[in-house]
Amino acid sequence: MRNAFIRGLTALAERDDRVALLTGDLGFKIFDDFARRFPGRFINAGVAEANMVGVAAGMAMDGLRPFAYSITPFATLRCFEQIRNDVCYHNLPVTIVGVGGGFAYGPNGPTHHALEDIAVMRTLPNLTVVCPGDPVEAELAVLQIGAQTGPVYLRLGRAGDPVVHQHPPEFRIGSAITLQPGSDCVLISTGGILSVAMEAAGLLRAASVEARVVSMHTVKPLDSATLAQCCAQNVPIFTIEEHSQAGGLGSAIGEWLCEHHVSCSLNLIAASDHFAHRSGSQNFLRAQEGLTAAQVAHRVTSVLEAVAC
Amino acid sequence: MTRLEAGGLHRTCQNIRASILRMAHHGGTPHVAPALSCVELLAGLYYSVLRIDPQHPDSPGRDRFLLSKGHACMAQYATLCERGFFPRHLLDQYAADGAALAEHPSPGCAPGIEAATGSLGHGLSIGAGLALAARLRRQDYRTFVLLSDGECNEGSVWEAAIFARRYQLDNLIAIVDYNKWSAMARTDTFLEPFAAKWEAFGWATAEIDGHNLEAITTALGAPPLEAGRPTAFIAHTVKGKGVSFMENDLEWHYKTPTGPDLERAIAEIEQSASPSLSSRRL
Repeated sequence: MRNAFIRGLTALAERDDRVALLTGDLGFKIFDDFARRFPGRFINAGVAEANMVGVAAGMAMDGLRPFAYSITPFATLRCFEQIRNDVCYHNLPVTIVGVGGGFAYGPNGPTHHALEDIAVMRTLPNLTVVCPGDPVEAELAVLQIGAQTGPVYLRLGRAGDPVVHQHPPEFRIGSAITLQPGSDCVLISTGGILSVAMEAAGLLRAASVEARVVSMHTVKPLDSATLAQCCAQNVPIFTIEEHSQAGGLGSAIGEWLCEHHVSCSLNLIAASDHFAHRSGSQNFLRAQEGLTAAQVAHRVTSVLEAVAC
Repeated sequence: MTRLEAGGLHRTCQNIRASILRMAHHGGTPHVAPALSCVELLAGLYYSVLRIDPQHPDSPGRDRFLLSKGHACMAQYATLCERGFFPRHLLDQYAADGAALAEHPSPGCAPGIEAATGSLGHGLSIGAGLALAARLRRQDYRTFVLLSDGECNEGSVWEAAIFARRYQLDNLIAIVDYNKWSAMARTDTFLEPFAAKWEAFGWATAEIDGHNLEAITTALGAPPLEAGRPTAFIAHTVKGKGVSFMENDLEWHYKTPTGPDLERAIAEIEQSASPSLSSRRL
């Protein structure tokens, strides 16, 4: 997703000279081409994320459209107040780019894991929260962000995220993508774990369970129309996210259900409330949290069996 | 600035101080003393230094001024009003329920307010962003940021200081209202050597008397102090300046003037003679 991001950003910068990229001293080599093409518009702000976001706000006040990039916890939590006051309060077209959503930086340990970012970012007024499901969505998201008038949080995976969309989907911020229909249950995923959701749906199909799969790439604002359709199916809904159960996609949909007085079986598949204690790859850490395709499929069949009883 | 002009501006400062006291009184708000300490700095900026036009407050080529010490916004509101940016009735409604002007400025709350501030340590980064944008867009406006001394506890101030040096933002000017007090403590005991800190971070740095209008307008009138480096002015000031019983008394970071205190404070300000206009560089 990282490479897709920079590809999209380069295309955007090519046609819009207001686009600029700031990095918190991260992204060795991957920005070389961008920096060569747009030398003034590539800014290494150093290991100083709070300042980077304030600088981005100042640039946006003068009409530029800066993207501020770092590893997710540093791009969101470290400088949260700058995002809140300088960017969101002023409703400026700054995009905060967090690379490494969930356990993407697994072996780096919990300091680099991102399991809280969706929760905290979606509390901010004016902010649009976008978590692309794969590199294809990531590139399309960047191009769409070019037309946004307010602030955006863009949550990326890392390098080598599986491509899920074999053909470019119609991508609009705020409109979820249904990857396949299914009448037995609904899997709603956000972020780079979309490939797991699709793989789980494949396993379920083998067990004669048809799952609708939705990429809810925009967590704020939620796509009400798609959620209403999913609820109308009157089958269990599963949210899948590489994020803490507290405050993420599942919570957001739970809030939506309450607000719209809709009742349904909502099952949250997310990371539990603790820090990873052991070193591990992204796949290992996902498995610790029940976030592999086999575990998701198993969870779904258990719930469906319980409902059937 | 001529001696005569400085004398006229001194009277403007008296008006601004009286407005601050009345706003705090009617609005029932604190932060009188840190507003009083930056009155000459603001008057010098808005009446002499900044390239601004109150009739066209959003003119693209205007100099930018950011009050990073947002809690002193009564002083900025009063100065903008005196300078003709907006009518006085806005000041009269300061801090009332539903009013445009709050205890800390909100985005676009009044003409002349460039940014919402209130949490300390934000303004210099925003200023650096404006300065960088001006260079990218080949505009010649300057960006001035007024910070408090207590604010310089914030790490983000020094992040911004490193960044501005790194990108050689000589169109960025920081002014520190060095009134020697934060909200609960004397600051010079731990900030010194203060000017040397800014110098060490690569800023061309000068110390000025932050109550001497001639010194302020002369010093701030021709930045940068050095091409290729951002400029920092350490402005020595007195917290609560202009009201004898408020000066250097932390109570007046918090208290709202009422009754005899208010009358005495305004009387003192109205009776104050023009200070020595000799240019003094500390």
